[in-house]
Amino acid sequence: MKRQRKGFVLGHYPGMNLWTALFFVYLYAPMLVLVVYAFNDSDRAQIWRGFSTRWFYKAFANDSIQDAAINSLIIAVCATVVATTLATLAALAMARTGEFKGRSATLGLISLPLVVPEIATAVATLSFFAVIGFQLGLLSIIVAHTVFCIPFAFLPIRARLEGMNDTLEQAAGDLYANEWQTFRHITLPLLMPGIVAGAMLSFIISIDDFIITLMVSGAGATTLPLYIYGMIRQGITPEVNVISTVMLGISIVFISAYWFMTKGDDHTTTH
Amino acid sequence: MAEARSNALSVCNVVKVFGSGPGAVTALNDVSVNIEANEFFTLLGPSGCGKTTLLRLTAGFEQPTGGEIFLFGEEIENLPPHHRPVNTVFQHYALFPHMTVTENIGFGLKMLKWNASDIQARVSETLALVKMEAFATRKPAQMSGGQQQRIALARALAPRPKVLLLDEPLSALDLKLRQAMRQELKTLQRETGITFIFVTHDQEEALTMSDRIAVMSEGQIQQIGAPLDIYERPLNRFVADFIGDTNFITARIAAISGSKATCTAGGGLSFSTPMVGEHSKGDTVTLALRPEKIKLKAATARAKGSATIANATYLGTDTTYEIALTRDVMVTARDQNIAAGMGRFNAGDRVSLEFAAGSARMLTD
Repeated sequence: MKRQRKGFVLGHYPGMNLWTALFFVYLYAPMLVLVVYAFNDSDRAQIWRGFSTRWFYKAFANDSIQDAAINSLIIAVCATVVATTLATLAALAMARTGEFKGRSATLGLISLPLVVPEIATAVATLSFFAVIGFQLGLLSIIVAHTVFCIPFAFLPIRARLEGMNDTLEQAAGDLYANEWQTFRHITLPLLMPGIVAGAMLSFIISIDDFIITLMVSGAGATTLPLYIYGMIRQGITPEVNVISTVMLGISIVFISAYWFMTKGDDHTTTH
Repeated sequence: MAEARSNALSVCNVVKVFGSGPGAVTALNDVSVNIEANEFFTLLGPSGCGKTTLLRLTAGFEQPTGGEIFLFGEEIENLPPHHRPVNTVFQHYALFPHMTVTENIGFGLKMLKWNASDIQARVSETLALVKMEAFATRKPAQMSGGQQQRIALARALAPRPKVLLLDEPLSALDLKLRQAMRQELKTLQRETGITFIFVTHDQEEALTMSDRIAVMSEGQIQQIGAPLDIYERPLNRFVADFIGDTNFITARIAAISGSKATCTAGGGLSFSTPMVGEHSKGDTVTLALRPEKIKLKAATARAKGSATIANATYLGTDTTYEIALTRDVMVTARDQNIAAGMGRFNAGDRVSLEFAAGSARMLTD
């Protein structure tokens, strides 16, 4: 019998498993260390003295951390709601108004903030606020976050809309639904997974943002990332690890939810 | 427009042009048709002939570039779809995936502001009509194509539209199911008394279900008539060619008496046909002759008017023979396989051709 040629299959080469393992260690070891040291009993983050959850209690009882967390939540919720609404309207306009002049240019402009260096956006935003005399504070952060959240919310919503052809909307019109009823009963429910996914992405991006927030936050408007940065400058305590771990946990929950939302697309999209 | 008022649908001189400038495409070029109430009317033609465009203009998904459309006398071409009392069965069903069967069927009634109990009653009634009572709580994704088709039909029928539009509704089903659905659609149409306008490219569907057929090509209606008219009395080459198999025979008018003409063709053939169009004696015309109208008889080589079979093809129920009348004139004849075996003749046999008077048709082009 002739030996069958297997072709180029990476997994058949020696050392493949080892390299894969090393790759994942490289990616995730720092985070693992972060989480483990959040449960450190020591006063100094780098020295292990045994398991304890006392830093969690300490962190949650810290007024400054609480204030920063509340600020972060207010900003993230406001920015998410506004950005997702605008992104939904933009996606609907792009997908349902047919061809218009400058359509691809518009698409590019909506997505452009994704690739502009964040430091440039940050400096530009700060200069702009200074020029128009906009008072720095919570509101200025919300406005800035809304702007950079729009493209993140836009992409999953638009992807969802592209997968839905307009036959269903025509069918609704054929069955006596006017434009608003068609949107309310057909387009919106079918678009919902995309909208939720977009909102979750926006929320994560906002909660996590540092550079732009640093530039446009006024006195008293500290967010969690800013607060953590401030703490680190005074030395890393397990408290920093605790806050970071909690934020990591929140992110993982949201990203997992996003993944499950978009995974179900195959069942509900019509063709 | 007295005529327009008595018809279910009157399409008057409708033109539809997509795009503009040099890239513009004329989908409908001055189309007029009257569809009677309670009629099963079929728009038949190849893809791109404009049949679906005409349906979409009627539903309101497109606006005509010119012309008028009347629904029971009311001018509708500028109304949005939700103001037109017509419903559509879409080619790929277009059921709402996030709604159950009951919600899908009730959607139109809900938009018409019916109360909940009336909706419930009509939905049950309509489900029974399409024999899908057991599926009331299913979602579309949990049903086969044939089942979804029935629900799409039920959804469109539930508001009892004045006209039901069907856009190639059977094309996505497999053959057996398609044949069963033909009969059911016809029955449904008779039971509900709703005017059906059915779009298809399938001639068999058109012939088996329709009261009347409009054959369309290149944005124009080529012929309107009952299935029998369309098949037996095609007006032009397109209709004769699109529906069934046809021999096109170039002939000369040898004599005209009243509305009849006698035409002669190569191989010593002579036909008596009704006159069509403005022709006089000596003109060259095209005749259409269906293969199954030709009766073959065994002949001796020297018999007058006999010809040689060039090719025999066994088709199961029939055998087709290509017969060389002269060196370059061939006709195809179709002979039913009544006896066991491959067919009555073989390639190389000499046969004579017979056909009843009037079985050949003179075409306008």
